[in-house]
Amino acid sequence: MGKSFPGVRALKDVDLHIRKGEVLALLGENGAGKSTLMKILSGVQPRDEGDILIEGENVAIRGVQDALEHGISLIHQELNMATNLSVGANIFLGREPKKRGLIDETTIFTDSKAYLNRVGLDVDPQTVVGDLPIGRQQLVEIAKALSVKARILIMDEPTSSLSQNETNTLFQVIKDLSSRGVSIIYISHRLGEVEELADRVTVLRDGENAGDLLHSKINHDAMVRLMVGRDISQFYARTIHEPGNGVLEVRNLRTPEHPEHELNFSLKAGEIVGMAGLVGAGRTELLGTLFGVTPAVNGEITVCGEATAPQSPEEAIKAGIALVPEDRKQQGLILEMTVRENLGLASLKQESPKGLFLNDSREGEITQKIIQKMSVKTPSDRQVVQYLSGGNQQKVALGKWLAMEPKVLLLDEPTRGIDVGAKQEIYGLMEDLAKRGIAILFVSSEIEEVLGMSDRTLVMHEGRITGELSRDELNEESIMQLATDNPNAA
Amino acid sequence: MISFLSKLTGPQNDGMKRILGIFVLLMMVYVVTAIINPNFLGSYNQENLIRRTSLFGILGVGVAFVIITRGIDLSLGSVVCLVGVGVPWLIIDQGWPVPVVILIALGLPAVIGFCHGLLITKLKLQPFIVTLCGLLMYRGITRGFTGDQTAGFGTELKGLRWFATGEIPLRIGLDIPVPAVILMIIAILAGIFLNRTIYGRYMLALGNNEEAAKFSGINTDRMIILAYVISSGLAGLAGLLFVLDVNLAQPVDFGNFYELYAIAAAVLGGCSLRGGTGTILGVIIGTALLQVLRNMMNMAFLGFQRAEFAVIGAVILSGVIADELAKRAVARKRAAQKQK
Repeated sequence: MGKSFPGVRALKDVDLHIRKGEVLALLGENGAGKSTLMKILSGVQPRDEGDILIEGENVAIRGVQDALEHGISLIHQELNMATNLSVGANIFLGREPKKRGLIDETTIFTDSKAYLNRVGLDVDPQTVVGDLPIGRQQLVEIAKALSVKARILIMDEPTSSLSQNETNTLFQVIKDLSSRGVSIIYISHRLGEVEELADRVTVLRDGENAGDLLHSKINHDAMVRLMVGRDISQFYARTIHEPGNGVLEVRNLRTPEHPEHELNFSLKAGEIVGMAGLVGAGRTELLGTLFGVTPAVNGEITVCGEATAPQSPEEAIKAGIALVPEDRKQQGLILEMTVRENLGLASLKQESPKGLFLNDSREGEITQKIIQKMSVKTPSDRQVVQYLSGGNQQKVALGKWLAMEPKVLLLDEPTRGIDVGAKQEIYGLMEDLAKRGIAILFVSSEIEEVLGMSDRTLVMHEGRITGELSRDELNEESIMQLATDNPNAA
Repeated sequence: MISFLSKLTGPQNDGMKRILGIFVLLMMVYVVTAIINPNFLGSYNQENLIRRTSLFGILGVGVAFVIITRGIDLSLGSVVCLVGVGVPWLIIDQGWPVPVVILIALGLPAVIGFCHGLLITKLKLQPFIVTLCGLLMYRGITRGFTGDQTAGFGTELKGLRWFATGEIPLRIGLDIPVPAVILMIIAILAGIFLNRTIYGRYMLALGNNEEAAKFSGINTDRMIILAYVISSGLAGLAGLLFVLDVNLAQPVDFGNFYELYAIAAAVLGGCSLRGGTGTILGVIIGTALLQVLRNMMNMAFLGFQRAEFAVIGAVILSGVIADELAKRAVARKRAAQKQK
């Protein structure tokens, strides 16, 4: 079985081949073009140029329905299920078997059961999907893919929200499927998993093929070299400097999400602290609590010696805490508004005479300064933000805080979905801000980034801070052990 | 003039184009009506048209703020009824002192809007439901306390009625009705508020994306409540002027459907129900268009007046469709440029 598309426009002449029953890992930094490629394959997005061949036959994929008919099935990172419906209803969604014009529930039940068995999932098909843990929902998705006779199964970061046990089960299912001749394209950032699972690795970088690795050659360093395409120490430009006085002090903090655990940590001026952990470890929730989005149940937050208990972002900002949220498009930016309006939004009040009227000239000045400082690539400051690239959008989301000099800057996945060049610029900015004495706490699921950027690293697992690693103790191993709360922690 | 206009409309994208489009449509309907029935241009009819436009314009400006914050206010017509029937009932039937009644007429709707805002922000109820209940309640209350009896001023209150029926003479043979002046003052204040103050900016921002606005440190709840206070407050003022104008108000139908005229005018004028966009000038032109259409049905297509709603509905629908198609064309052009 082969598949190739020379010359897809957003991607540049990308080739991808997969054999029957093969597990192919597709790697690449965020923005390398993996998701575009997968969207084209699964019919979500049309291709501009190039061919898709299945078993030597040129196929046209014009929509999701076409892709399914050709046996290509995509399982999204964020699962796409009607969580209010039953397992069986989800498996047959859109293809319900009918009897005399009505849905044939009996067939759904028995057939679902068979597919669930194949993925080793022992649940009643009448269970409501939303009641299942995420790992099991994932398996339901796979059962659904099997039910449409998928020959090629694309899995986008399937383990990002799974526990260790659930991951093991998933791997068993994947190995079983591949031995039955199903080809699997596996996208992941977890290089350890890829080493364990993949027959072959294809790496994309900036929308191009960066190289392939065969089974015997798959190892961590080789993969990173292909993904980043340059020396890592150069990529993460950090100069080590002495941190200043304490800025943020968190004592016995309980977040509404995980009220059973007390969190304690502190940040010093000019320090960049990374926060690692698996998805669902409670890192975003912790940032949300510090920023007043989900106010603390109890505990103390002190900024520069002053106690604060932010009940809203408004209060957090007053205390000197700023957040660049993970969901840039939904929380970080107002996409329909201009660069200028977005950059000004957080500091409007402070810059407004009498706190009522807009100050146009001052707004223009500030905007220009930030655009230059952050080298935001935009035709003008009146450009609507949604037409900027991801990297430039992120610069705007970060830039709006520069006008008001926060004391603590919280960054949630600051480089998610942006290209390599913009990434490096964001890293440079973090370094600059730290030099100016701002304390930075950043959450990242990219271990490379945590390794490269942090002076110190906190690791969370299921709502708890399981450990703190200094730069000397920091490596992928030590992070993963704390992140999975492995008792033999380094 | 242009810079003054843009001060009123603000730097919103496509705001001016939108206003121009609907203005052309207004002119077309206007000219066609004038050709079919020359009486349309008579000064009595013109003054009346301006008066109606001004009164409905006040409602439109109010609801625009709510729509910009991605809300809706269905209770406007009933607030008009409550005030419009309540004022003559209190003054004439109950003998309350005029200043007190006026104070209530302007203050109570603001309180009503405040309650709507509280329910919508603090209890997270949907604006549609909250204001739909308002629509039912305020009319029901009015019909209850008046026993469904018509209320009116008779020959009283001539002085106060000047605000609705009075005219300021101009030398061009057309007198300016006082409500037009009131609307102009309100429009300028509203335009300045929306486009030149930080709170206006906050409303536009949260209408586009409430979460991101909150994450920028904006007290979004307070802004939303303010929008409902403005909306109901202006409905109260309009209700007062409406009854001062027509003198008689029947609880059962006074202000009926007025919320729909106001919402339609706002939408025609460029307020998206998805929130975040809208201009005051656009809303006023939208109101004028609706009133000219109604007038047209009465003067030019005499046999078809009863089809008024059908015509208005069709015009709004075509306007919205044209707008959507234009938006898509722009998006396609942009995508094509991006490809290069």
